Formats: sequence, C-alpha cells, structure tokens
Amino acid sequence: MNDLAERPVYMDHAATTFMKPEVVAAMAPYLSEHFGNPSSLYRFAAGSRSGVETARGQVAAAVGATPAEIFFTAGGTEADNWAIKGAAFANQERGNHIVTSAIEHHAVLHTCEWLERQGFSVTYLPVDEFGRVEPVAVEAAITDATILVSVMTANNEIGTIQPVAEIGRVAHEHGALFHTDAVQAIGAVPIDVERMNIDLLSLSGHKFYGPKGTGALYIRQGTRVETLIHGGGQEQGRRAGTENVPGIVGLGRAIELATADIEGHNRRIAAMRDRLVRGVIGSIPDCRLNGHPTERLANNANFSFRYVEGESILLLLDGRGICASTGSACSSGSSEPSHVLLATGLSHEEAHGSLRLTLGDANTVDDVDYVLDVLPEVIGRLRRISPLTPPCARVPEAE
Amino acid sequence: MMYTEKVIEEFTNPENVGELADADAVGEAGSPTCGDIMKIYLKVEDDRITDARFQTFGCAAAIASSSMATRMILGMTVTEAWNLSNVDVVDALGGLPEPKVHCSLLARDAIRAAIDDLRNRQGLEPLERESGGCCCGEGGCCVRPENG
Repeated sequence: MNDLAERPVYMDHAATTFMKPEVVAAMAPYLSEHFGNPSSLYRFAAGSRSGVETARGQVAAAVGATPAEIFFTAGGTEADNWAIKGAAFANQERGNHIVTSAIEHHAVLHTCEWLERQGFSVTYLPVDEFGRVEPVAVEAAITDATILVSVMTANNEIGTIQPVAEIGRVAHEHGALFHTDAVQAIGAVPIDVERMNIDLLSLSGHKFYGPKGTGALYIRQGTRVETLIHGGGQEQGRRAGTENVPGIVGLGRAIELATADIEGHNRRIAAMRDRLVRGVIGSIPDCRLNGHPTERLANNANFSFRYVEGESILLLLDGRGICASTGSACSSGSSEPSHVLLATGLSHEEAHGSLRLTLGDANTVDDVDYVLDVLPEVIGRLRRISPLTPPCARVPEAE
Repeated sequence: MMYTEKVIEEFTNPENVGELADADAVGEAGSPTCGDIMKIYLKVEDDRITDARFQTFGCAAAIASSSMATRMILGMTVTEAWNLSNVDVVDALGGLPEPKVHCSLLARDAIRAAIDDLRNRQGLEPLERESGGCCCGEGGCCVRPENG
C-alpha cells in the first residue's frame, strides 16, 4: 500500500514531470556563479555562453539536427506558435492554406484558428477511432495553396503515435513545409528530423524531466520562418530576449538523459503500463482503453468508464493519493469535453468518463498495483451514485 | 481551482444516495452531453417533504450540491423546496469555485422537475420554470424534460 505521507502515486507525467537530480545538478552553477549574460564580451560571460551552446548541441544530437538549427524558446507553446505563425507569414506569397489535425494540442489548434482570422485557411483533418491521421487524407487535403502541414508526433491525451515520416514525405512531395509538435514524444519516440522529413519541430523541457518554461524549436536550415519575438540579436537574431541560461542548460541535460536509451526506457515503462491496462480492463466492467492498441506512447493509458464523470474519479483518486487527469469538461470549467476523445468518435458521456494515467521514471510496479487496488473501488462508488448505471453494473459496497 | 473542505467532504460522503421505490415525485435534470444528470425522488406528506433521495452523474460539485440540496429540503414544504436557490446550496457548501457554480443549478432544476411531477400527479398545472443551469454555454446541447 502507498504511504501518503511518503509520496503521492504520481501518474500524470503527460502533464509534467519532476526534474531529475542530474538536471538540477547541471543547472545549479548557472543559478549562481555562471550568471553572466551570454551576449556579453568579457571572459566571465563565456561560462554562460558555453552552457547554452552545450545544450544546443545536446538538443541537436537528440533529434538528428545540427546545433545551428536549434532555437531555444520559453516552452512548447511558444515553439508551436512560432513554427506555425512564422511559417505561415513567411510563405504567404506562395499560398495561404494549412493542413493540421483535429486532435492537435490547443497550442497548435488555437494558433491555426487565429491564423484563420488573419486570412489563412486551415483544414482540420479527422482521425480514425484510434486517433490516427491517415497520410492519404493529408495528401487529399493538400491544395496548390498549401504551405504548411502540422501534425503532432504523439498525442498528449490518448498517446497515439502518428505516421509522421510518411506525412512529412507527403507534405514535401507537394512543396509544403512539415511541422510536428513533438512535445509528448521526446524520450519516447526516436526522432530523426532527416529520416522523418521534418522541417519544424517543437519540444518542451518539462515533459522529459527538465525545467518548466523551457522549450526549443528545430528549424531546418534554409526554412523560411518569420520571427515572432523581436528585440535583441539572440538566437541568431531570430528569437530575441536574454537566454534562460539555467533553464536551457537543464533542458539540454534532460534531453540527453531522455534520449540515451529510448528503447530500454520504453520497455520498462510499457511493462508497467500494460500491467495497468490489463488490470483495469480485467477488473472494471463497461470500460474501454482509448487510443491505439499498439501505436501509442509507452507511458500512456487512457480509459473511459461508463456512467461516471472524470473529475469525480480524479478527486476520489486524489483522496487516495493518486494524481491523474481527465478529458472531462468539468475539470476545466469549459463546456465541451476533450476534443481529442470526441474526434475519435467517443460519445460525450464516454468522453466525460475518461481517465488518463501517464507513467514515468519514478513509478514502480507497486504504484501500478496500488492504482489497481483503488480504482475499481472508486469507479464502483461513483457508479452506485449515478442514475446512468444499469442494475447489472451496480457493484454492491464492499463490507 | 480548489474546492472547500466542506465540498470534498460532502462529495466523498454524500447523504441520501439512492432511489425511493414508492416516491411521490421524481424529477430529473441535466444530460449526458453536459456531463451531469441528477435524478431526485421525493416522499411528500401533508405538503412536506419527508424523504429525498438522489442519483447523480457528474463532477464533485454536482454530487456535493445534490447531497446538500436533498439534506436541505427534508422537512421543507413543497413551496419552500421550490424556492430553494442554488445560492443557498452553494452557501451551505461553503462556496464553490466560480466555474463550478453552474453545477449547483442541477439540484435546483431536479427539485423543481420533481415538484412539477408531483403537481402533475395531483392534476395541477406545472409551475413556471426558468431555463436550466446547463453547463453548456452554447449550442443548447441539453434537452431538458419539459414536465419532470
């Protein structure tokens, strides 16, 4: 059993991760002695400068790019905004059409919606029941005016991994740029921007045990992207603002650690995830696994439990020391449940009854077993309260 | 967004959960599309509510206000129960986070639907009802039962 006083069972690594001790250690000198501005000329600032450039090399190595193609940002959202708005405005004399998917993160979707209000036209491709974007659908959506295709590497809610290499090839065959939001994929999906036909790639430090408020955009050499943040000459004059040196150093160390052994990491995490999925499906009736059965992030399990609502599940789990997340609207105060779950064809009720558990490096098999202990009880309890529960699914309270 | 301890307590240990086989009135509000549904069962004797049970599909705020509202209407006259406002329920819960206040309308709507059901069974006209406290800001996704 979990001792709450010790630590919660944290299974929300898609929301954010803890920072690894190695990352904190790498950052520490840049929070104290190496405080120089990387743009300063005196020798004292060289420490900060070299910290930033080491990190640039680490990020480049992790995605198969050259250091000059890596630009640091204040996070994944900024990277997405920059990639999409920057590519749209820099290429608008060639066309005004963008192709993306219905299940992108809001950093992409709301950026595209804003561009629509600026006169661009956007196609939001549907996905299949597993949340996959079909490369043929991308091809069919491309017109003479298409300048950019943006499809995420892996989905943050259901973990579905997209055929990005093929989608990138399709985009290139039609003369369009290809951007991918790889925020959830770093450390779980091996990335090679060459092999995967990627021109622009967004990533975020705090999703792979790095610091919050850090991110990067990969921009393929020669790709026309308008600058978003104007000011000083940092980042080759393309992204102004004094560098977040400790954050960048931490991001660099974190990505190096996260991509050192992706396969081994995935094997270990997927074994726990599969135990979790088998246990949940086996012990709770009227529940389903959302997302793709095989093409999914190793750490992602997303369920829908019929007759109950996600926020209620979350709070009862929280009461038992388990941190999870849901696609139900009632957790966010918005009116619609998860656009991702709805796009895969789930009913509103099923989307409201969703629970996302995302594992990470600190989780153990004991954590999984503790969740498997608690979850059936939590669902049973809420089903006893729900008017939607048919009598056959109403589990009597345990004595 | 944080719930008060009172809300968490009421949500975690709700009272009056269940059905009443011999209910004098039954009311329902909400829809699965909205993510919340409440069904309420009332026993009424001499115009007073002598028993109330509920079933709710919804978030913690919906369940907590269902429980609190059923506790509050016990012993009330039918008219008093009709006039129970969601603000009374929210106050009794020690407040709800702003985006969650609408969830407390569910209980009021279900109670009113039940009272209309009671009136219907007594051969009376339903009372005038305001449009419901559906969580859906737009699109009118909630199809509410007209007369309980």
